[in-house]
Amino acid sequence: MEETRVVLDKAGEFLPTSARAYEAVGGYTGLRKALADPDQIVEIIKASGLRGRGGAGFPTGLKMSFTKAAAADHKYVVCNADEGEPGTNKDRVIMEEVPHRLIEGMIIAALAVGADQGYIYLRAEYPHVKKVLEKALEDARQHGFLGTDILGSGFAFDIQLFIGAGAYVCGEETALLDSLEGKRGEPRVKPPYPGVAGLWGKPTLVNNVETLANLPAIMEHGPKWYRRLGTERFPGTKLFTLSGNITNPGVYEFPVGVTIRQLFEEVGGGCPNGKRLYAIQTGGASGNIIPASLLDTPLDPESCDGVGATFGAGDLMFMDETCCLLDVLENLTEFFVKESCGKCCPCREGNPQLLHLVRKFRHGTAQEGDLDLLVELGKAMTVGCLCGLGQMAPNPILSVVRFFPQVFAVNNAYAREVS
Amino acid sequence: MLKLTIDGRPVEVSEGTTILEACQFLGIEIPTLCHLEQLKAEGSCRMCVVEVEGVKNLQVSCATPCWDGMVVQTKSERVVSFRRLILELLLANHDTDCFNCPATGRCKLYQYAMEYGVEGSRFVRFKEHHPKDESSEFFNYDPSKCILCRRCVRVCNDLQVNHTLSLKNRGPDTWVGLPFDKLFKDSNCVSCGNCVSVCPTGALTAKAAKSFRIWEVTKTRTTCPYCGVGCQMDLLVKNGEVVGVEPAHGRANPGILCVKGKWAYHFINHPDRLKTPLIRKDGQLQPVSWDEALDYVVEGIKKIKEESGPDAIAGFSSARVTNEENYLFMKMMRAVVGTNNVDHCARL
Repeated sequence: MEETRVVLDKAGEFLPTSARAYEAVGGYTGLRKALADPDQIVEIIKASGLRGRGGAGFPTGLKMSFTKAAAADHKYVVCNADEGEPGTNKDRVIMEEVPHRLIEGMIIAALAVGADQGYIYLRAEYPHVKKVLEKALEDARQHGFLGTDILGSGFAFDIQLFIGAGAYVCGEETALLDSLEGKRGEPRVKPPYPGVAGLWGKPTLVNNVETLANLPAIMEHGPKWYRRLGTERFPGTKLFTLSGNITNPGVYEFPVGVTIRQLFEEVGGGCPNGKRLYAIQTGGASGNIIPASLLDTPLDPESCDGVGATFGAGDLMFMDETCCLLDVLENLTEFFVKESCGKCCPCREGNPQLLHLVRKFRHGTAQEGDLDLLVELGKAMTVGCLCGLGQMAPNPILSVVRFFPQVFAVNNAYAREVS
Repeated sequence: MLKLTIDGRPVEVSEGTTILEACQFLGIEIPTLCHLEQLKAEGSCRMCVVEVEGVKNLQVSCATPCWDGMVVQTKSERVVSFRRLILELLLANHDTDCFNCPATGRCKLYQYAMEYGVEGSRFVRFKEHHPKDESSEFFNYDPSKCILCRRCVRVCNDLQVNHTLSLKNRGPDTWVGLPFDKLFKDSNCVSCGNCVSVCPTGALTAKAAKSFRIWEVTKTRTTCPYCGVGCQMDLLVKNGEVVGVEPAHGRANPGILCVKGKWAYHFINHPDRLKTPLIRKDGQLQPVSWDEALDYVVEGIKKIKEESGPDAIAGFSSARVTNEENYLFMKMMRAVVGTNNVDHCARL
């Protein structure tokens, strides 16, 4: 099955850091069109139906319109490149292969909302990407794509690269902003939303790498062209990260709505060594774990929600028949215990309790009532935590309870044996 | 104005009002642990959650603004069971030796646990608490009582702006500590005691708080006598004796005090305290009435002015009186006594 490349168009065919080389393959055309009529950008993005690629799927044009309408002496565009979700590597590929497409997208976004400064918040675990971005940004400056007079238009905008400090929670946009301000990376209570009061209290457009990298193509080819791809409610392509027990792991770009089966069988080549597929974690570490019987689910938020899968940032971790889901849950919950920022009570105090209960099942020492407590706490966290981290942390557990109830058998002799 | 319904009761509020404020207006009690009205809501304790019709997640009432047509439930089954769960999570790692805790009676965790019928916790204890710090002259810090509401940290950083208390580590290891893990006595702490005033549990307690229970004291609102700012405060009085001070929300002080107002109240009941003016007679200081004392001063000033002229007299006033009183004193020295020799202790 052939990829449909929009964001990764021509990736690998030119020197990634070179602005001229990017231009030679059609790059910066979208920016030139955007510069001709900046006032129209938000309307064009709205018409394209573009939705955020970071996991939440918020309509990008609408988000832009809030920042555009906000009056302030400074506005910012912040690129969320804190790709911390285990099992997600799509933004890394974009930044490595087509960094100028991200830069172009950020300039278009800045033009759209009237921002004068941009930041790329890059996770510390991507030191090689830092080098690529530094070079690409410098090249963009030298060729007049960034600076005080972009392509002679009089528009001033520059981008600064900021390296995170290794906290998963800083992928949450308001924690990212706090971190960028030099504070502890902790999510803020919303409202106000960053679009109105973000970085240093100024209107700030925060978008994921992939979202921003979609803007150049939309500006170049128009919303109608863009809507040919993907679904009615989630147009365009998506970068999917395939990992786990799969023959061809990697990042692949396909139109939204492709089925998990297509990615698993035709792209991923199935499980290695002829093993049977058992479960799939969808949407990243905080996404739902679904059984192999749901392989025909189309990958778009609506279809995923419908069956109990998670679209998220387009991650698929495949687990074959040798996989112990309690091991998986223990591992994932340990991750959330470690990555909780500690601000809100249910996440800080709840995750260690989830872990304790999962371990009881894992070690075969669970008793009557433990499953009820696990579900009660998990469900409460999903509706009552401050940010997405705490709200989504119980997802893997709750989905396994739903799809694989046998895993949580009380006094599980097998679990006792293997532990 | 925005029209909304809370627990079936209609209410009209202005734009920007939070659900919590609207509830307070209606007299509906909402439990809060992290909320401080003088600071921006941070919505971290999640105790004040309510259910808003059409919104999937529970919303924190302290930070969620009202909107027109909003329908809010503050005591639904979903809300109450969530609050109970929060209390259970906190109690799991809370040292519940309430008999020995100076905060018993005013502790919010204690109060809400009783109110919500939480008698224990179904969760396990997993925290190793940091050691107590009793090095301050005025208060004690017991991390095993801390529920990480972060009020003390915010007051120290955002209101007192002293940056002594901060959050350390992350996630379940988060705790409130001092720079370089110092003790209070070795830190930059100025002992303002505002962290103690806002602590909802027994984590930060006045040393003197061991001598009374909150139900034994009466509160008397007064003005702090230490300087001209005029901070409002409540004296805690047990058996006619002042045993503590709590900041009030005055025009000059948003619920905070300084080290003097908070802790230096022992002079009130001290046997050495001067209660009447004294005049030295026959080599001995003797108590006299205010009339006699003032007459003595007036006579003295008149005599010196007659004998040596007004510039032989100088007046010094105090920072402990108000600006207005200082102004009057200056006026008196210039217009009545006739000298420009007037100054103020703050210059010294």
